Amino acid sequence: MTASLDTSHLHDVHLWGALRPLVGGATSIPMRAATIRELFRKLSDEYPGMEAHIKRGVAVSIDGKIYRDQWDTVLPAGAEIYLMPRVPGG
Amino acid sequence: MPLDTSLVRKQFKVIGTRVRRPDGIDKVTGRAKYGADAFAPGQLIGLVLRSPHAHARIKKIDISKAEKLQGVKAVITAADLPDLTGGDRGMRDILENCMARSKALYDGHAVAAVAAVDAHTAKQALKLIKIDYEVLPHVTDVDEALKPGAPLIHDDIFTDGIEPKPTKPSNFCKLAEYGHGDVEAGFKEADFVIEKSYKTEQTHQGYIEPHACLANVSPDGVAELWVTTQGPFVYRNHCAALLGLDANKLRVTASEIGGGFGGKTHVWAEPLALALSRKANRPVKLTMTRDEVFRATGPTSSASIDVKVGVKKDGTVTAAFAELRYQNGAFPFTWAEFGAMTAFACYDFKNVKTVSRDAVVNRPKCAAYRAPSAPIAAFAVESTMDMAAKAIGMDPIDFRIKNAAREGTKSSYGPVFGPIGIGPTLEAAKKHAHWNAPLGENQGRGMACGFWFNFGGQTCVDLNVTPDGSVTVALGTIDVGGSRASMALAVAEELGVAYEQVRCVVADTSSLGHNDMTDGSRGTFSSSMAAVDAARKAIHTMRERAAKIWEIPLDEVEWIDGQAKAVGEKHGNKAPLSIKEIAAQAANTGGPIAGHSEIVADGAGVSFATHICDAEVDPETGRTSIKRYTVIQDAGKAMHPSYVEGQYQGGAAQGIGWALNEEYIYGKDGRLQNAGFLDYRIPVCSDLPFIDTQILEIPNPNHPYGVRGVGETSIVPPLGAIGNAISNAAGVRLNHVPMSPPRVLKAIKDAR
Repeated sequence: MTASLDTSHLHDVHLWGALRPLVGGATSIPMRAATIRELFRKLSDEYPGMEAHIKRGVAVSIDGKIYRDQWDTVLPAGAEIYLMPRVPGG
Repeated sequence: MPLDTSLVRKQFKVIGTRVRRPDGIDKVTGRAKYGADAFAPGQLIGLVLRSPHAHARIKKIDISKAEKLQGVKAVITAADLPDLTGGDRGMRDILENCMARSKALYDGHAVAAVAAVDAHTAKQALKLIKIDYEVLPHVTDVDEALKPGAPLIHDDIFTDGIEPKPTKPSNFCKLAEYGHGDVEAGFKEADFVIEKSYKTEQTHQGYIEPHACLANVSPDGVAELWVTTQGPFVYRNHCAALLGLDANKLRVTASEIGGGFGGKTHVWAEPLALALSRKANRPVKLTMTRDEVFRATGPTSSASIDVKVGVKKDGTVTAAFAELRYQNGAFPFTWAEFGAMTAFACYDFKNVKTVSRDAVVNRPKCAAYRAPSAPIAAFAVESTMDMAAKAIGMDPIDFRIKNAAREGTKSSYGPVFGPIGIGPTLEAAKKHAHWNAPLGENQGRGMACGFWFNFGGQTCVDLNVTPDGSVTVALGTIDVGGSRASMALAVAEELGVAYEQVRCVVADTSSLGHNDMTDGSRGTFSSSMAAVDAARKAIHTMRERAAKIWEIPLDEVEWIDGQAKAVGEKHGNKAPLSIKEIAAQAANTGGPIAGHSEIVADGAGVSFATHICDAEVDPETGRTSIKRYTVIQDAGKAMHPSYVEGQYQGGAAQGIGWALNEEYIYGKDGRLQNAGFLDYRIPVCSDLPFIDTQILEIPNPNHPYGVRGVGETSIVPPLGAIGNAISNAAGVRLNHVPMSPPRVLKAIKDAR
């Protein structure tokens, strides 16, 4: 999925525990974004400390499908968005 | 034109066949070149001096005598590896792990290295290096490391995940929590609450081939590294960054690999070999001994886990909780957190919570080991689930089916699952002949489930059509389990040619764009996606060439069964053009024919497995023999079924070793006592039954052929399955892995 950037939707973005202190303890935050890239940019702009986490590696689950690298991926309207640690493999 | 990764093929011609692997003859005849098999004119032998102490301050290193020894060409210490990491904690830890700086942090930590004309001279030189240590108190146990007052390993670790952030440093590097619902309320609804604590000891991946490399750095800054690795591009990037080399000037070539399983995803001694070569201005070959592999590469964590499961008489789990404490070795990471994410992922629980505590200890830096962290958590959870099933008198498979995650389940790590395969593996296990086969005396049957994430990542493939019409494919993911054959099958399938017409090679880092490592069960998933993409691009080019030859529009040329065919009534008399015929005219139709693909292969899809195990326990000795073992796992589509079966069997075999025998044993002095295969016992053929496999093929909708990664999940269930089988065989519940004869015998005696 790739996006045209004029299709932002308001999402309830769920955060894993390590990110919650950066947003005042909330388990999720409302965020309008069309793609993972836009979501990460807005998170970095609005929440100090978030950029460092994103640089270390944040994966995004969109309706249960986990994206690690493809930041052009569209965040569809009504999708469940969940930020997760980037898990290594063996 | 982006690759369409959606599932488009359901009928195959060569995918799913059991063709011969292209590297088979070389491997069985000894011709294959592994890490230690490279030689260069004038090469030196590199050796590493390692700390004999678990924790010690390095007050002074005197290398003057070693440098003066005839035949010694270079001696290096941390001073030869200045910190160029620019504040990147992860890279700084890699640097410090390669060579100790102010402190030696574990038994085996490198403190100096030499390059000499031969191994004898290098060994003599190591003895001439004098190090003044101040021995410090040490800690190797995770629970001890987390206690207040434990010996402090780093003075700059302040626990992540606690607010406000602690101001006092400790060994507790990260706290994390996952889950949903209200577990306390859930436990109140339960008819039975099962609680148990578990320990698992540290294990090594146990790859047969030790780490080995040949480094060659020229005075102009151009360098080459031949090395056994799961990721030549990552090795290139890390080595270049640590040594201040330009990445384009460091060409890394991956040798054949004698196993990796996660242990060859990190650089260990390779930067030292490059630094020695740079200083000596000669090629340097550096091969680890088995002792060094155990002491100074990256085993998996040891751990301590508490699990609590509440269950109703009808089999409904009302709540589940686990606290997981993993040691990360001497450098901070988040291995416990991954255990917390995977622990209950197989299940649909209304109330579930996991808490992870990651700690540093005076042991080697932990690395990934096949589905890293998940087998440890699964042992604790699957053992407790078995106890819960027993408490309510329910068949363990039926109990798991009742509580299994399914599409729409909110996973224990957060997101809602899409289509997943745990249910089908459980149903298949229930129907499997193994589940109802008779058992002998002192035998018991156990089963367990397992989960792993899988992932894709950056991948690059280059396909070239040769002038005679055969096809070469350059891959950027190394072949650890038969992937060259699988990629040739993908290209042959797409082009419509015979498998034998396609030859795949693993390219060096100067020949392709960046590729992520062969890890995370991603090699076949990702590279086959890129291979399909490259083949489709080559087909497009060949259609264009055929159109030129025929002097007709491109849209009147189709690719059918490996040939270009002119379609339409007016082209009825045109004979199809084969790849050979198109290739023969390449010079006059536009030049060489190729297909190139650069992708990020996301959408790997999570993976589940169910295992069944029969164990026989000798009540006199406590020795456990595995009599029968069955692996059931979803492969999406098995491109080469023999290699899928090999992955299932290999994961189970490693899991059996982990469950029954393998463990790092540290003395009170903090030194590893069993750094060799005589004292650290991995299973050999005579220890194992034939491991039966059942491949389920539930296509992955995010891959053009429906493929899922299969490399890791098979190591997740064995610890739990074997623990459950022992429980049924001997009537004792083991809570400490490995379940070695002394532990089993003690449990039997304690129960009498």
